[in-house]
Amino acid sequence: MRNGPSPASAIPAPASWPLWLALIVAAVCLGLWMHSQGLGYYLSMLSRMMIYGLAACSLNLILGYGGLVSFGHAAYMGLGAYTVGILITEGVPNGWLGFALAMAISALMALVIGAISLRTKGVYFIMITLAFAQMLFYLVNSIKAYGGDEGLNIKLRSEFGLGIVLKNDLHFFLLVLVCLVISLVFMQVLMRSRMGRVVLAQRDDDIRTEALGYPVYRYQLALFVIAGAFGGLAGALMVNQQNYVNPNLMHWTQSGVLMIMVILGGVGTLAGGLWGALLLLTLEDLIAELTPHFPFYVGWVLLAVVLLAPKGLSGLPDLWRNRRTPAAKQETQP
Amino acid sequence: MTWILFLEQSLNGLQFGLMLFLLASGLTLVFGIMDMINLAHGALYMVGAFLAAWLTQLTQSFMLGILLAIPLTAIFGMVMESTLLRTLYARDHMSQVLATFALILIINEAVRMIWGTDMPLAAPAALSGPVELLPGLFYPSYRLLIIGVGLVLAGLLYLLVTRTRVGAWVRAGASNREMAMAMGIHIQRLFTLVFGLGAALCAVAGALLGPLLAVQVGMGESVLILAFVVIVIGGIGSIWGAFVGSLLVGFVDTFGRTLMPALFREIFPPQVASAAGPAVASILVYLLMAVVLFIRPQGLFAKR
Amino acid sequence: MKNFRLACLLAASLAAFGTGSLAQTATKVKIGLVSTLSGPNGAIGEDIRDAFNLAIKLNDGKLGGLPVEVVIGDDQFKADVGKQLFERMVKRDKVDFMTGVVFSNIMLAGLPEAVNEKIFYISPNAAPSPLAGKDCNPYFFVASWPNDAYHEMAGQHATSRGFKTAYLMAPNYQAGKDSLAGFKRFYKGKVVNEVYTKLGQLDYSAELAEIRAAKPDAMYVFLPGGMGVNFIKQFVAAGLNKDTRLLLPGFGADQDISRGVGDVMLGMNDTAHWALDINNASNKKFVAEFEMAYKRLPTVYAAQGYDTALIFDAAIRGVKGNINDKDAMRKALREVKFDSVRGDFKFNTNHYPIQNYYLREVKKDAQGRLVNVLASNQPIMANHGDAYVQECSMR
Repeated sequence: MRNGPSPASAIPAPASWPLWLALIVAAVCLGLWMHSQGLGYYLSMLSRMMIYGLAACSLNLILGYGGLVSFGHAAYMGLGAYTVGILITEGVPNGWLGFALAMAISALMALVIGAISLRTKGVYFIMITLAFAQMLFYLVNSIKAYGGDEGLNIKLRSEFGLGIVLKNDLHFFLLVLVCLVISLVFMQVLMRSRMGRVVLAQRDDDIRTEALGYPVYRYQLALFVIAGAFGGLAGALMVNQQNYVNPNLMHWTQSGVLMIMVILGGVGTLAGGLWGALLLLTLEDLIAELTPHFPFYVGWVLLAVVLLAPKGLSGLPDLWRNRRTPAAKQETQP
Repeated sequence: MTWILFLEQSLNGLQFGLMLFLLASGLTLVFGIMDMINLAHGALYMVGAFLAAWLTQLTQSFMLGILLAIPLTAIFGMVMESTLLRTLYARDHMSQVLATFALILIINEAVRMIWGTDMPLAAPAALSGPVELLPGLFYPSYRLLIIGVGLVLAGLLYLLVTRTRVGAWVRAGASNREMAMAMGIHIQRLFTLVFGLGAALCAVAGALLGPLLAVQVGMGESVLILAFVVIVIGGIGSIWGAFVGSLLVGFVDTFGRTLMPALFREIFPPQVASAAGPAVASILVYLLMAVVLFIRPQGLFAKR
Repeated sequence: MKNFRLACLLAASLAAFGTGSLAQTATKVKIGLVSTLSGPNGAIGEDIRDAFNLAIKLNDGKLGGLPVEVVIGDDQFKADVGKQLFERMVKRDKVDFMTGVVFSNIMLAGLPEAVNEKIFYISPNAAPSPLAGKDCNPYFFVASWPNDAYHEMAGQHATSRGFKTAYLMAPNYQAGKDSLAGFKRFYKGKVVNEVYTKLGQLDYSAELAEIRAAKPDAMYVFLPGGMGVNFIKQFVAAGLNKDTRLLLPGFGADQDISRGVGDVMLGMNDTAHWALDINNASNKKFVAEFEMAYKRLPTVYAAQGYDTALIFDAAIRGVKGNINDKDAMRKALREVKFDSVRGDFKFNTNHYPIQNYYLREVKKDAQGRLVNVLASNQPIMANHGDAYVQECSMR
């Protein structure tokens, strides 16, 4: 039983740069407008959604492109958040240093966890990633100096100089946007490179790829580390957005939430995680006002997506086009 | 540590381990035979507990509450299997993980909508006191009941799997599904039956543990991870592996919770010990799993 | 994709219209109440919320003469959810005051959102010691009791009853640490062991085995809500209540706990600043009205929630409705005088209460219900403040 979605979502198409540029400009305009209208709270919420989007996209690297079901991805987000949080608490608010260190530490942890976990396959891989995540969760929980399970409040946000004041909602939003764009561009370039091709090949058939002479384990590990680094970046942004971090950010159920975002938006697509995050969190805010039973509806939507529309939002145009002809949705490989 | 303390903790470990076994056995069978990762297994445990609590309230009898909750949960499980889960057998593991994760969300909220976030469940008054097993060793009688029921069910399950025809089918299906189908075993019906059995075992565990732990929404998630750890240690598809794995995890966790802090207090200064002790205790089980996987990657008693 | 972006834009603009007028009016008061309203500890938050609403209802829907709107949020016993609720209520709903949180860890996470925006927070329960001392805040007031107080009283009582050895247990968070520190401050016997369990832990079999091996004279546990119910049941099931006297802080033996545990609680002692049968007009009215409205007896949490509303009422009246004058508001709060259900009440310089503390006992009332009432009219300590007031820079 092979892991991963249908081979139909193969190498990412070349980016339609005009479309992306238009989106970026629209986002900047939106941010400027919201700030001028005094909608700071909503701008802050939008930033939060985009941070989750970044985390989801980083998960998509290993989940969608790599075909590796990791339940421990939230751990990297948590590590990044705690790195920056602890640095600020100890009097080192320098953003450049903090963010770089956050990514480095997450990448290092991903290297360690990946090196061990990637030697296993299937459900053992899932379990080991989950176990590592839980281990980190409990360890962080026990560090009382930085709050333990009460969490860590930070009094100021990271400082980047250059006139950037992160306390300002607009500045923060633009920082998140810049990080998001840079990350997505990097991922796009990565997946269209040779490494990307090998990654996709091993997702669909790792034995054959190995037989062709590619050291699959090394490519998987490299991907794992890169995904971890971007998860750490998302965490660094997150602790700034909330001025707070607690170990729950690293819990395995948080990894599940990230997975939901990836699936909703379209697994194996570049920005699927972003759309999924925006959709899920917007729905959550809207529906949570009406009913406390929001997870019930999310569950059904997720179930429907998995069973009927495995490519999520990104796959909707295809579904619409194919609606007259019932397409075969599952692979039937033994 | 005195002998009395050691014995008492051993009984605690045994009790915890046996309850884990009830959950893990169903999980390993489902995984072994149907090759399906079912994250919603913990939700069945929760449904069993809530049904038991609700029925105990209705009938004013703990016995009736449990006895009725078991078949109801089994039916719920079988309905879930034949409608939703069947479509997942042919799908890849990721889809199964996601779909069953979605089921957790749905079932948790549905339970909350029907019964609220938690329900009280009390053990029968006759069992609310201790029993003197050995001079000086008192142990809560209710926990002894749990140990008794756990051992009996383990024994019955063993007999079912090794001595009956259905058990033979189950073992055949776990070893080689295609061959089993080729040999004429009604695989669909077998799947539903196995799922129902797993759900029933979950219900027993949920109902029995209800009075000790709280019957509350979300109670399934924490045991779910431990159940998975158990079957990974024991080997997927093996009931014997689930049994050994459960007891191992039960003992390691129970002794870890008390020995680790004490050990750390001896070695490290109190500041470090009071934080590190409990932390190491909680990850001990995962370390155990990592060690087992390192030595024997398929688990201790894997079928294939 | 682009359509989706437009949709977001639309949603944002629609929401903008919903935020309402930005002009400040002191024609009504908006109070945000964040509490634990679900899960095994949900009963506590519900008591606070119900009592708070009752006080408002009995006051014709007004506090200090201004009509009140209470915005309610459930923190689900999670600090990050609580923090987000605080942020939403302060920044989006633009509440005038905040209140409600049960647990100290959740409150510590959410409080900065309020006080950083100069929003007053009156705590109907959580009162951790750092905020009484070096972290005291001009916008933070406590309507309950300092986290250490019940435990200090219990330590005092254990000493005067002659318990030579004591075994202590609390969950591993700020209030837990405060509780055992408080007990030890006034207990003169020997502390055999001090155990910190996981917050939310429900199975105490391993800890109970250790307790049995240690054979202490007295056992003091701080386990609020569902944790307490489970522990007491398991303690009794293990037969430990025969040799070891269980002492509890007030809320550890209140209505919500005794309902869950049952008759084995009869005769157990605990310490508190309030009891059902405290003899004053305000308390009599409160207990009667609460029982009539909600068909259950109030707990200390309810009493605190009710008093919180009364404090708002008196303070808002004190500034004659001019709630946006922060300095005047603070002065009115510091000097507040009202008919507290507990009797004497006044704020210390660190905004924590100075009040009496009593010994209580679980008995059966005329209707056969388990109730926690005064064991004696003599307080264990009268006009007691807290140990941290000197560390606070406010005077």
